[in-house]
Order: sequence, then C-alpha cells, then structure tokens
Amino acid sequence: MPMKIAIASGKGGTGKTTIAANLAHLFSQQGRKVAYLDCDVEAPNGHIFLKPQLTKRSPATTLVPQIDPSRCTHCGECGRICQFNALLCLPDQVVTFPEMCHACGGCSLVCHAKAITETPREIGSIDQGMAGSIHFASGLLNIGEAMSPPLIRALKSKAEEGEVTIVDAPPGTSCPVIESIRDCDYVALVTEPTPFGLSDLKLAVEMVRAVGLPCGIVVNRAGLNEQPMLDFCTEQNVSILAQVPDDRRVAEAYSRGELICEALPDFQARFFSLMVAIETAIL
Amino acid sequence: MKELVVISGKGGTGKTSVVASFAALAPSAVMADCDVDAADLHLILKPDIFSSNDFSGGSAAQVLPEGCTGCGTCLKVCRFDAITVNNRVYRVDPIACEGCGICSHFCPEKTIEFGPAINGQWFLSETRHGPMAHAKLGIAQENSGKLVTLVRAQAKKLAQERGQELIIIDGSPGIGCPVIASLTGADLVLAVTEPTMSGRHDLQRVIDLAKHFGVTLIVCINKWDLNEDMTRLIEKDANQQGVTVAGSIRYDRAVTEAQIGGLALVEYVSSGAAQDMKQLWGTIADLLR
Repeated sequence: MPMKIAIASGKGGTGKTTIAANLAHLFSQQGRKVAYLDCDVEAPNGHIFLKPQLTKRSPATTLVPQIDPSRCTHCGECGRICQFNALLCLPDQVVTFPEMCHACGGCSLVCHAKAITETPREIGSIDQGMAGSIHFASGLLNIGEAMSPPLIRALKSKAEEGEVTIVDAPPGTSCPVIESIRDCDYVALVTEPTPFGLSDLKLAVEMVRAVGLPCGIVVNRAGLNEQPMLDFCTEQNVSILAQVPDDRRVAEAYSRGELICEALPDFQARFFSLMVAIETAIL
Repeated sequence: MKELVVISGKGGTGKTSVVASFAALAPSAVMADCDVDAADLHLILKPDIFSSNDFSGGSAAQVLPEGCTGCGTCLKVCRFDAITVNNRVYRVDPIACEGCGICSHFCPEKTIEFGPAINGQWFLSETRHGPMAHAKLGIAQENSGKLVTLVRAQAKKLAQERGQELIIIDGSPGIGCPVIASLTGADLVLAVTEPTMSGRHDLQRVIDLAKHFGVTLIVCINKWDLNEDMTRLIEKDANQQGVTVAGSIRYDRAVTEAQIGGLALVEYVSSGAAQDMKQLWGTIADLLR
C-alpha cells in the first residue's frame, strides 16, 4: 500500500527538512520507490540535502479573470460576488487585481455577458528530477507573491508519487501547511524541547486533529528540557516516534548541507527506528 | 514613529529571541507579534491582556440540511474540494473552504448560508517592557495576512496614544502573505539568518523580497561561529548586494536557557551572546535615528 507521510512542525527551524530528507534517503535505501515533495515553497531547502539532478522546470500558474471590455455591460455582478477584492467595478470599466484573486471562478460563472475569461498567471515554478533513486519535486514561489497554496496544489498534482511519498511541509499552522498535509496518511511533527517548541507543537497537534489525520512527534535536539513536552504528549495521547539528541556535530553537518545519516553513521540507527515507527503507526 | 520588522526567511533562526532582547533594551517601544499562526513572544514578555477581540478576516459557507435537495450544484462550482457528500448529505468542509461563497450564490434552493467567520483573536497588552499588540489565528484558519495588518495597525495606534517612538515587529518565517503584510512600508527590516546552507539560501529570498517592496533590509548572523566559512560567504553575499550586516551573535547555550527561564537573553546574562545582542541593538538604534 503506498503511503504518504507529511513532515510538519508549527515552529520553524526545528528540523523538518533534516528529518524529511534523511527519511527519504533511508526509505530509498530499503529499495522502496520514494518520492520527495518540498512543499515549503516560500523557502525550500530539500534540494540542498538531497542534491537532485533537476531535469524539468515548469511554470506553476493560477487562473485570473480577464475582462473583454467590448462585451462587458457594467452590471457589477463580478465585483459583488468576489470576496477577495480582486475586481473593482467602476462605472465605465472593471479593474482587476490579479494578485488578490483566489481563482474561485465565481466572476466568470456569474457574468451574463460572457465578458470574463480566465487566463493563467505564473506564481512560481516546479522543479523535478532524481536524487539517486528518489523522485524529487520542489516548488518555488515567485518573489512578491502572497499565496502559496495554489502552488502547493500544482506541485502535488504534478509530482510523481512513490510507494513512499515524503511531503516536507512549511512551518506554521495555517493554509500553506493545511494544503501540504491534507491528502497525507500520517503527519510526523518535528519539535524541539524548548518553550517555543512546545507552544507551537500544541498548535500543530490541534491543527492536525482539525484536519483529521493521525500524528506522532519527533523530538529533535533532545537533552535540553524534555519533561514538559513528554507530559504534554502523555496527556494528549500522542506518541513519540523518536528523539534525536542535541549534538553540535549534527548542526555542523546540517550547516554544510549534508545528510545526517551519511555524515554521522552513529545517527543512522535513530533514523532507522523512526522510519520503522512511522510505518508501524500507519499500518 | 519608526517601524522595525524582524524576519528571517528560514524559520527557527532566532527572530523571537532577538525581538525579546530588543524589547528589553529599547527605552520606549511598542511590540507587535505578527507571527500570528505560531506566536511565541508572549512566552517571554508575559503580556497582561487589557483588550481581547474577535477577528473576522473572511466568510465561510454552511449547508442548511433541511433545504438541501442534493442537486450537486455546489459540488460542481467549488474549486477547493470543500463540498463533501456522504449518503447524499452535502456538507462544507470548513478546513478546505476558501470563503469564496460561490456555492451559496449558485445554490438553487438558497440553502447554503454564507457569512462572516471568526478566524482568530487579537489582543492589546501591557508587558514589563512596554505595550504589546498580538494575536492568535484560529486553528486551520485563513487570512493570516489580514490579521497581521490588523496587529500592525493596533500597535501603531498604541504607539500614537502613548507617544512612543518605535514599534518592534516580530515577523513570521517565509516570504508569503503574513511576511509581506508585516514589512510593506516599514522603516527598517532586520533579517536574522544562520550560517547554514539553508539559512544562506533563504536569506537571499528575503533580500529579494525587501528589494521587491522597496524596504531597507539589514542582516544579523545568529550562531555565526557554528560555521565560520558560511558566515564569511553570507557576509560576502550581503556586501555584493549593498546589504549591511549589522551584527553577529555567537552560539551560546544561554539563549535557550533564557527562553526556558522566560526571560530575554539580555535580562538573563550580560556576557557572551547577550553582549553581541546589545552591540547589535546599538547599531540598529543608530540606524533608526
């Protein structure tokens, strides 16, 4: 059965990409067909660690309205249905604000004069290639674009899926994260045992539950002050999948863009047991 | 009045730790936590809330089951996979709903309700280092950019009422809507980065973002001694693009200890990274003058 595992976090910089890239690497070493999707399209870093040979770059687009002034009767319906202030109906013309548009299609549906067509607008790009035997895909949001969910949707529909698909999610708990995890089978939440880490973990657990997915916790940089986090997990009945000890060597290998499993063989066993724990949790 | 925004591109580089120390060092500032979907500044500043308000940034749809004939029009028009059908019972999935309202508009039975949704809360508070505006985006809610804009406006109002000269804004990671909402029109943007390949890559994204919106950006390299070669590369990148490196903060466990103790680093110790933090603040205070 193919499985889709999201790696998310709440707080940024807790080690999502480290966990996601090392997991992808280990799964592929087991001879599984692995796909890795970097959904952190605002600040994607997966390519730094997996070093894929990129063979294809395609534009990612979203649909925006285009008004045919010769057909427009200035009825104002499009401006009324738009909830996102993407159309401003003036007495003699309709002004569009493409960057505000959520591509719901309401304006073109409501236009009796058939004066609105939807045209693609580029918001970013999608890179695809192979990292060893891993099918790699990554999105890159154009600078100045506010909305990443349409790009994440495009990335997910374009990317090849594997027997194991690893989805590297963006930080936070709002729409880009939801878009990244919503079709996954399981969410591994990466956290660190600090007050900030715990506070954001609580939000992340609530978020994953609102989406209705099972989740487990990876405690990264363990060895600081785990007790409050362990108490929270017990209280909420959330399982701890693995603890990765705080080690300056890990931080240094990360800083150079190395996979921990390769740079520090003594860590491989931990990632291996994480892999087994996730698989057991899904089955 | 000046607005200083602290962002990073990559998450977890130390934005909030820097902001907490700036709050302690600035003689008269208002703080705004604009990282509305993973806010942490309150853990250090322990705000005493004096005003708590609901935030509605958009609308949501809901099917009223008694009028629904199961015609499926809503399912056809929704582009966000937000209509679910179970045993011919139609529902709007609140998580997937984008709030566009077209299901409600086209429902022939007019049985889909569409109205303002509560997307979160915003607060005004007193802290030991001055007033603070902050917020909590509801779980799995949209419109974080609008909430950021609101928190910023409230912080400005607080500063005006109290005659305070500076607003220090804690931003979110990334380069998307909450970040754009936090930095447009600001006087100075500080990007906190770290000497890692990821930090360097994501710093370039925020440098480009600041350029795109025409705001002045300066850089601080946190944990600079973690990888000195990478620190030099980042300094070189910045110099080549005419971006000032305003300071560097050494790797110091006291940063985490201070956080565990609920204190800003400069309240917790005076040497080590705290010294670097004070120096950074001195440079920034001069730039803001």
